[in-house]
Amino acid sequence: MSFIEKINPLQLDILREIGNIGAGNAATALSAILNRKIDMNVPNARVVSFDEMMEMAGGADHVVASVFLRIEGDASGSMFFILSLQVAEYLIRQMTGDGTYLIDSTPYTELALSCLQELGNILSGSYLSSLSDFTRLNICPSVPSLSIDMVGATISYGLLELSQVSDAAIVIDTVLEKDQHFAESIDGHFFLLPDPGFFDTIFSALGVSLND
Amino acid sequence: MTELIKVKVVKVGIADMNIIKPPYSIRTSGLGSCVGVVVYDQKKGIAGLAHIMLPDSSLAKSGQINAAKFADTAIKELVQLLVNGGARIRFLKAKLAGGAQMFQFASGGDSMRIGPRNVDAVRKELSDLRIQVVAEDIGGNSGRTIEFNLNDCLLNIRTANKGTKNI
Repeated sequence: MSFIEKINPLQLDILREIGNIGAGNAATALSAILNRKIDMNVPNARVVSFDEMMEMAGGADHVVASVFLRIEGDASGSMFFILSLQVAEYLIRQMTGDGTYLIDSTPYTELALSCLQELGNILSGSYLSSLSDFTRLNICPSVPSLSIDMVGATISYGLLELSQVSDAAIVIDTVLEKDQHFAESIDGHFFLLPDPGFFDTIFSALGVSLND
Repeated sequence: MTELIKVKVVKVGIADMNIIKPPYSIRTSGLGSCVGVVVYDQKKGIAGLAHIMLPDSSLAKSGQINAAKFADTAIKELVQLLVNGGARIRFLKAKLAGGAQMFQFASGGDSMRIGPRNVDAVRKELSDLRIQVVAEDIGGNSGRTIEFNLNDCLLNIRTANKGTKNI
């Protein structure tokens, strides 16, 4: 039995709290960038099969904009910030001030891509720095990479390390909520996909025994 | 009168495999660095599809192995399933798709070129079993959804940004 099936509710609660702190920080950063209030859902930490993981992000076929980065340092894992194309378009318009920008027109412009990448950079950076503060571990993000493609194709990349030891993933998913005061909805997912060794490191840094 | 007959589709998930006979077609969605391998016997009307994630089962670090996940175990198992289902091993042919590189990283470790490694491993397994690869659509940096139809033995490939084609 792999560590993933052995994880208990208390440990999942801790992971949820990690999501809470990280994504809270990121939501604050996004609010500052867009100069408006961004709501955040309570994060969800779950053990899911790889296929369920794809479903959580909208289905393997579903085309999304995703910023992917590797977490490196004392603990490792993969992180995704996933946006629907509609929301990506909205954010690009907000950030560039070009209200006519359309994401459907491929090839994607350099400015638009760079915009999203930078956004992913800021958000995942603030997510991870709070995780790092919280655990007092040295955790750093790799340079983020952007892809506008099918969810399955993108996420499976972040599952590679994990897939060598398990057929299930622990996903910490936080949804940035659409704000009802605005016509345009802003919703995006943060997915934190810890590598196998992540838990030992995080839980021992927090003083939680793995074998309860 | 031609009427559209809704073809029944068997879906194969990630690190999964299955086989079909008419009137089914078989599909897997969102292949990135993973490789989708279709092996079929056209005359006997049987085909199988595996959605392979990793090149080699020696990469597995835990006891229980999901055969469909690794190129070396998946193809042997798929061929066995097909032979059990009535396929003749000498007449098997294969079509491949996937093995893309979805992200470009400056510090590219080995796992970052997993797509090409998956493709190499799949080709080697097929060649060891003397199964000819008759068509392939591999590499690049786009995700693919593939569907194989036994009526014409064509593999339909859809990418997010580059439309569809049949091979």
